[in-house]
Amino acid sequence: MIARWVRRGLLALSMVLSVGFCLGPIVWQVITSIKPDADLVRLPPILSATPTAAHYAAVLGDPSLAHSLLNSTVVAAGATGLAITLGGCCAFALARLPIMGKTVILGMVLSITMFPPIAVMSSLYLLVRALGLRDTLLALILTHAAYALPLSIWILTSFFRHIPAVLYQAARVDGCSPLSAFVRVILPIAKPGLAVAALLVFIFSWNEFMFALTLTASEASRTAPVALALFPGLHEIPWGDIAAASLVVTAPVAVLALLFQRHIVAGLTAGSVKG
Amino acid sequence: MTMLSARTRLADSTWGYLFAAPALSLIGLLALVPILGALWLSLHRRLPIFGIDEFVGTLNYARLWSDERFWAATRTTLYFTGLSVTLELGLGFVLALLLSHMTSSTQVAPRWVQVVIVIPWAVPTVVSAQMWGWLYHSEYGLLNYLFAAGGIVSEPVDWLSDPTWAIHAAVLMDVWKTAPFAALLLFAGMTAIPPDLYQAARVDGAGAWAQFRLITLPLLLPVVMIVLVFRTMDAVRVFDAVYVLTGGGPGNSTETLSIYAYKVLFQTLQFGYGSTLATAIFLIVAGLTAVYLLLLRRHLRGGSE
Repeated sequence: MIARWVRRGLLALSMVLSVGFCLGPIVWQVITSIKPDADLVRLPPILSATPTAAHYAAVLGDPSLAHSLLNSTVVAAGATGLAITLGGCCAFALARLPIMGKTVILGMVLSITMFPPIAVMSSLYLLVRALGLRDTLLALILTHAAYALPLSIWILTSFFRHIPAVLYQAARVDGCSPLSAFVRVILPIAKPGLAVAALLVFIFSWNEFMFALTLTASEASRTAPVALALFPGLHEIPWGDIAAASLVVTAPVAVLALLFQRHIVAGLTAGSVKG
Repeated sequence: MTMLSARTRLADSTWGYLFAAPALSLIGLLALVPILGALWLSLHRRLPIFGIDEFVGTLNYARLWSDERFWAATRTTLYFTGLSVTLELGLGFVLALLLSHMTSSTQVAPRWVQVVIVIPWAVPTVVSAQMWGWLYHSEYGLLNYLFAAGGIVSEPVDWLSDPTWAIHAAVLMDVWKTAPFAALLLFAGMTAIPPDLYQAARVDGAGAWAQFRLITLPLLLPVVMIVLVFRTMDAVRVFDAVYVLTGGGPGNSTETLSIYAYKVLFQTLQFGYGSTLATAIFLIVAGLTAVYLLLLRRHLRGGSE
């Protein structure tokens, strides 16, 4: 009986510790973001008696951060659209059409996810500059799409393969070309798979740092993570503003993750556990 | 009419190549061409600001071999990788077991538990670096405050200015960000194990530890390998987390290979030697992948015999 209570107690304790470890840093960031400057430089109190929205006002009123959020939105949306469109077509070919070298293509595509980004950086930078795309959103859209394509292709190929082949064949017998069978029959059924892949590409692109840091040069194309990393501090580091800004930058992906966490977990684990 | 019938008669395989071509071209142009380009650049001495661009053969590789900073960065990277991947796997196991315990006692893991676990994964790396930088702050950081309150330290520790602490501070940040995700993968693997096995083991009188060691662990090995491979690859190429947290300092004590190569490329603008470093990183990652694949294959073959 006592052993049972001890075990329950230990279990509850480890649960509290785990949740505290996962959420603690974020909760502290939230607390920091609403502390007036005077309370930032002393501890205790843990919680400020006079919470303030001043840091959020400063951050949201800062045109350069607002611009970087806009850039991030355009880049992430563009990269997602491109990766899902091209990746969907490619995955359909791999799942249902008779092309040669499918295993080679899938293997090659997977090996690209192992590339360290720094390994391509020097020559990618020169390529982007030669194309006149340096410091443009287009360069980031194309790069993010290219590096998100392998994951999209893998997820979508396995998704398309799980759609019964008879549905596609029936459409072909009825006179559909592969293209119209894909658009009219496969795509409507594959919406959940497309949504998962789109979500993962969007989060990847929104969070990506190295390409965004090297391929941008000014506020014109700087994304939110880069703006956050280069946060200006004239004399002292403005921790309150940084806390507010980092939560603002996290908010969109956190909301997506919360809304669709079950699909994200399913999408990410399906590829690695069953595949 | 002839045009139309020609089009409708396009072979299925032709359709296939048309469907696959755009994606593969984009990958080819922005991933495969640059990797070969970097290899080519690594054989050059190239300093764009001085207009210098000459072929030097393997000279850069000789320089790499005797570059003490490269070896130091390699040691730092491998230390960071070894420690953080071990801790992530260990903590991931603990979290996964907790999750599976909750599932077995309430039939389904509460939704909020998965939410809690997904959050660190979704947070942008730059945000987690800024967040931990503030937690580690020597004067106003929460960590020193809690440690002092708990009597663990007598005076504040300057975590990020001390070479020994700084690298471990980076490891802890990485563990926070990725262990929950490892837990999710391991948990998914655990739920795929048939419950009958545990029932049979209990009937035979096996305790919790014996069940874990004889059923959970062996059946979970493929998932463990996958977590290991993915986490190792991510840790070896680590850049943004450490770069934003410490910038590679103090001194060069937290300078990983990617940070060193980035500095050579974009701060000193040596495109030739920087590409040599980048190629070396690529080869290290490829080598590690090959080792893992060999291990995985041996394991799979051993399992089928």
